[in-house]
Amino acid sequence: MIDLQNITRMFTVGDERVYGLKEVDLTIGNGEYIAVMGPSGSGKSTLLNIIGLLDKPDSGIYQLEGEVTTGLADSKQAELRCHKIGFIFQFFHLVPRMTAMENIELPLMLAGVEPKVRKQKVQKAIETFGLAGRARHRPDQLSGGQRQRVAIARATIMEPHILLADEPTGNLDRASGNEVIEILEELNSRNITLIMVTHDPELGNRAKRQIHMIDGIIGSDHTSSPATAYAAR
Amino acid sequence: MRLADIIRFGFRASTGYTARTFLMLLAMAIGVGSVVVLSSLGESAREYVVNQFSSLGTNLLIVLPGRSETVGGPPPLLGVTPRDLTLTDAEALQRSANIRYVAPISLGAAPVSYGAREREVTILGSTAQLFFVRQLTMGQGRFLPEGDITKGSPVCVLGYNMQKELFGTVSPLGETLRIGDYRFRVIGVLAKKGESVGLDMGDVVIIPVASAQALFNTSTLFRIMVEAVDRDAIFRAKKTILSIIRDRHDGEDDVTVITQDAVLATFDKIFTAMTLTVTGIGAISISVAGILIMNVMLIAVSQRRSEVGLLKAIGAPEGNIITLFLVEAVLLSLVGAVLGLLVGTCGVWVIGLIFPNFPITMPLWSLLAAVAVALVTGLVFGVLPAMRAARLDPVISLSRR
Repeated sequence: MIDLQNITRMFTVGDERVYGLKEVDLTIGNGEYIAVMGPSGSGKSTLLNIIGLLDKPDSGIYQLEGEVTTGLADSKQAELRCHKIGFIFQFFHLVPRMTAMENIELPLMLAGVEPKVRKQKVQKAIETFGLAGRARHRPDQLSGGQRQRVAIARATIMEPHILLADEPTGNLDRASGNEVIEILEELNSRNITLIMVTHDPELGNRAKRQIHMIDGIIGSDHTSSPATAYAAR
Repeated sequence: MRLADIIRFGFRASTGYTARTFLMLLAMAIGVGSVVVLSSLGESAREYVVNQFSSLGTNLLIVLPGRSETVGGPPPLLGVTPRDLTLTDAEALQRSANIRYVAPISLGAAPVSYGAREREVTILGSTAQLFFVRQLTMGQGRFLPEGDITKGSPVCVLGYNMQKELFGTVSPLGETLRIGDYRFRVIGVLAKKGESVGLDMGDVVIIPVASAQALFNTSTLFRIMVEAVDRDAIFRAKKTILSIIRDRHDGEDDVTVITQDAVLATFDKIFTAMTLTVTGIGAISISVAGILIMNVMLIAVSQRRSEVGLLKAIGAPEGNIITLFLVEAVLLSLVGAVLGLLVGTCGVWVIGLIFPNFPITMPLWSLLAAVAVALVTGLVFGVLPAMRAARLDPVISLSRR
């Protein structure tokens, strides 16, 4: 359960103050599939970053699964990011010197999970995401689609409740993009909340709920019926 | 995070950027190496001097004519000429229970000739007890005979080099040579001995002290060397000497007694200070290495912005990120220090090859100190980059590729 009340985030650009988000109210239930759309600078990424606790709102209250996160200490927020939230980025953000396996293992390592357990989990994830032959390759030896699959494996290794994807297909060709979206939708079908920022209306239409943002406010919030969602496929 | 993982992460991060790691290791190795070499040099110089003084003989006191210290009070109305040290003064000293050996010394130079060969040589007039005071060893024959020290006798003992130069391979024992206007029979040759502070005993001719006084036409002594019975008696011996001489010199304190301990302690202090100074200079090069580490780590942090952002996004609190970067800096310092120890050891070895007579040793404390300073440097100069990494805004760090 994600509950944003009256969230405002302002940025200073030069000596001008601009709204990233302006008094946004938003409630997202468990297991929802949401596409956040809108033009550049409309506040899509800011919304995602605030939901992912990477950014702090200037005012308003954000409750994550019943817990008020605004004003939590850094270490507490890091813990929430670690266990409840998985991030997927347009540019993958894999650590270049680490192999695919080590990249996937990273969140487990940060959380201090025992090496034995880590190995089992990573092995399972590698099989699940079809990376069996590529586990010991470094990111520069992987294709875009493979890199994003490694990133998804990393985002889901801690079994988070929420997946936040910022233009996950923005840097991929059509075929690998589709592959990635199918993986994300498959994860969503297992009751993981999926929030995806995208420019692509076609991708957006696949989501059950579409949020359009304009100038830091939610312009429209539309939940399609199962039938239309199906038709869009 | 588990400690093993932190260290592995730091290690992998170091090996991931070879040029940067190489530079940092080089800087730290040079710093640590120079501390090791410089402190070894200082420490060895100190030991060298101390050893040289010890070879003069133990529990040694030296009596010099004249006062070299003032005790305050008004200067005497009439100039006081210090009384000379004489052979009878030396004889008087012999009576003290605190004193084992007394060797009066008369020193001068005179031409020495044997056959057609002639040389200007340092002539040392002394007694049989000099043998024990200077811890001499005989190569051939025997040393000056015991007996009344006020009576001269026409015998001499040659230094090792003198024998070589005057006699070559011929045995000099029993031969007669000329010193000034007198003839002396050679009764012994000193064994070859390394250099020692003060007089090179290889280049002298030793004759009885009374003969030397006759040769130089003087009744005064250059100095008197005294050996106390043991270490504890040195101070008592000094007091005894002063009081005996005072009694004999009309109540005037007109001699100076130097104890070897005092000389040694002074040199020890000087060389310890010198060692610390050169070690300090070495430590400066370590801190220069530290500043380089800081710079390179700062560059590393900005190079790895997106990595730091990612670590935050997947749940690393600020404390974790500080730890990771700090451990990386310390690891690099540590490896650099170990390399530095190797460099230093090689340097010391090379110096040992170039100067084989100089007893160079590596003091353990300098090794430990160099490694400790390197570690502290890594920690201190690693803090700023680590803090900067932890403070990075993840949103901005992740928004770039």
